[in-house]
Amino acid sequence: MDTALIIEKFVLVVILFLISLGIAAYSTYFERKLAAWIQDRVGPDRAGPFGILQPIADGVKMFLKEDFTPQNSDKWLFIIGPGIAMFTALITSAIIPWGPDITLFGRTMSLQVTDFNVGVLYIFGVVSIGVYGIMIGGWASNNKYSLFGAIRASSQMISYELAMGISLITIVLMSGSLSLTDIVNKQHGMDWNIWYQPISFLVFFICSLAETNRAPFDLPECESELIGGYHTEYSSMKLGLFLFSEYVAMFVSSALMAILFFGGYNFPGMDAFSGNLLALLCVVAFFAKIFFFIFVIMWIRWTIPRFRFDQLMHLGWKTLIPIAIINMLITGLVIAFNQGWF
Amino acid sequence: MKDIIKENTKLAPSFFDSKESIDGDIATINFGPSHPATHGIFQNVLRVDGEKILSSEQTVGYIHRAFEKLAERRPYNQITPITDRLNYCSSPINNMGWHMTVEKLIGAEIPKRVEYMRVIIMELARIADHLICNSVVGVDTGALTSFFYPFNQREKIYELYEEVCGARLTTNIGRIGGFERDFSPEFHAKLKTFLKTFSKEFEEFDSMLARNRIFMDRTKGAGPISAERALEYSFSGPNLRAAGVDYDIRVMKPYSSYEDFDFIIPVGVNGDTYDRFMVRQEEIRQSLHIINQAYKNLPEGSYKGDVPDFYLPAKEDVYNNMEALIYHFKIVMGETEIPAGEIYHSVEGGNGELGYYLISDGGRTPYRLQFRRPCFIYYQAYPEMITGSTISDAVLTMSSMNIIAGELDA
Repeated sequence: MDTALIIEKFVLVVILFLISLGIAAYSTYFERKLAAWIQDRVGPDRAGPFGILQPIADGVKMFLKEDFTPQNSDKWLFIIGPGIAMFTALITSAIIPWGPDITLFGRTMSLQVTDFNVGVLYIFGVVSIGVYGIMIGGWASNNKYSLFGAIRASSQMISYELAMGISLITIVLMSGSLSLTDIVNKQHGMDWNIWYQPISFLVFFICSLAETNRAPFDLPECESELIGGYHTEYSSMKLGLFLFSEYVAMFVSSALMAILFFGGYNFPGMDAFSGNLLALLCVVAFFAKIFFFIFVIMWIRWTIPRFRFDQLMHLGWKTLIPIAIINMLITGLVIAFNQGWF
Repeated sequence: MKDIIKENTKLAPSFFDSKESIDGDIATINFGPSHPATHGIFQNVLRVDGEKILSSEQTVGYIHRAFEKLAERRPYNQITPITDRLNYCSSPINNMGWHMTVEKLIGAEIPKRVEYMRVIIMELARIADHLICNSVVGVDTGALTSFFYPFNQREKIYELYEEVCGARLTTNIGRIGGFERDFSPEFHAKLKTFLKTFSKEFEEFDSMLARNRIFMDRTKGAGPISAERALEYSFSGPNLRAAGVDYDIRVMKPYSSYEDFDFIIPVGVNGDTYDRFMVRQEEIRQSLHIINQAYKNLPEGSYKGDVPDFYLPAKEDVYNNMEALIYHFKIVMGETEIPAGEIYHSVEGGNGELGYYLISDGGRTPYRLQFRRPCFIYYQAYPEMITGSTISDAVLTMSSMNIIAGELDA
């Protein structure tokens, strides 16, 4: 392995890290502004023009707050909880193809940290580990409300992962690959998967709302019942990590939706461009799609109420999973028919 | 759940100290006194199996301020500010209910105009009260946006109060015998705008929740009570009407000229959270209808009745007129003459029959005054209504019954 490749990947990782954190930070600002807009309020407008320094002010506040650990909590698990949540949220972005190859300093570089050939499985593995952050954090707090939040979170995530996985199988069947790069390249131009798999997308979208604990599935932190849910006992930057990881997860799941169903960095009329300009436009198109999904997720949060826990389970097990299975079977049959099996 | 609790006991033995919670799946949760779900200071000690409530125990009295005892030491005029602090979401109704009670005791003649003015203010208060209750039901289902929309409207109602009495929350509005002044031109202008714009903005709020699938699933069947049980607990107001009993003091025992107005009493079927929500929504529309009628037919006349014993005379009269000076002195010193008697008067308050049971022995203060506080009655039924349901439903039941700590604890 040559040194240049290591440097290239290192730079890419650092950039991705900063972008993820930056977008997560500004998602909080955007969310508050959007909520204010929907609710006929002003929103944050004190820090800087239009309040754009608000996330920085919040971050400083988080760092300066007293770092409180409850007396009867398990101290190490209490610290590890938010760490796991943040870690898993950040490493998902490693396999996301942000754009086609670019040429810089005479080198062809890939805008993807690694083209993992089982990318889809990797994502599922990482997301599953993410539940541990919440579970450990909620359990170590030694607070009944935190425990309730943690139990809700873990059972919710496990249930919705099933439907999510099954809905994804259709995409894997159509693309014939588990690599995200292959999946994106199959959707050249406007040939997006959403045109073939709208039901799959719907199931996947609902499940990713549940996976990222966003409304209407924000039961683990439902403030009207469980105070703060799993992070009731958390303060200072440990709380900040939990909140941040949620926004990073939202960013990553928006990126996944864009990749799997909306063509990733493909956009109509992309054949007219080539080289670095194409790469740049692709990245722009990709981020536009990501921001669109972030906006939709926030829009949903400020519009509709949340489910009760039994209704949530009902929706997951009795509605989404059967739909996803039937959809998968039909897709499989159609593909088999096209390949001349019958 | 069982395994997790067992593991957790190693962390803090004091936490799950009861034998029951270690042996089984049952945990005890302190819901309140300070909890986001309890709007005010209530304590609910819940025994839960997972999310299911097995039994619950309620504590009242966290903000008990001994209003009834306080009232025994105060002249009649000075009891009005106490009533503000009962159900502070609709304090004008409490104020005027008290004024009417005293007027009933002394047998005062009240001009028609005053009664119509009172109806306008009381119905505005009912709208404000129901708006808060229903928007909070929205918040407890997780729809925060539906909390902010009605608050724009409530703000306009509070501005109307300000035009009449200068205060917003604890209004102390009106006087025994009428109002301290007539409606100002600003009030007329603001009321006209309000009547014009309210309906549209209210329907916007209604459209956010009333037919929302998630909201309906959440609220239907949450915290139901049958008409029989509700009557046995002596429920009243929207909570009784949601159970299907068309009992409304404004119709059953009209006061303040309510018999002049044409309105519908909405009733529910199941007495659950959704019915309570819908009954309140419809009552807001009916209240608006009543205000429209009262304002259209607002009679000419005086804004005060002839009750010199209680109504403070104008400053000019005090300086130029001997009788006025005497009355001024007597009112300020709290030495007015009251007939002895025992009287009960009730009004349709924001969330039920708000009654005033007054015994006067002819002294300067009431011998005994008891407030019939509907919230206190609802809270008795609360454990029965939430047993067997989930924590989420318990929160919704609490907010949809509109239990206000100030009125509960007096």
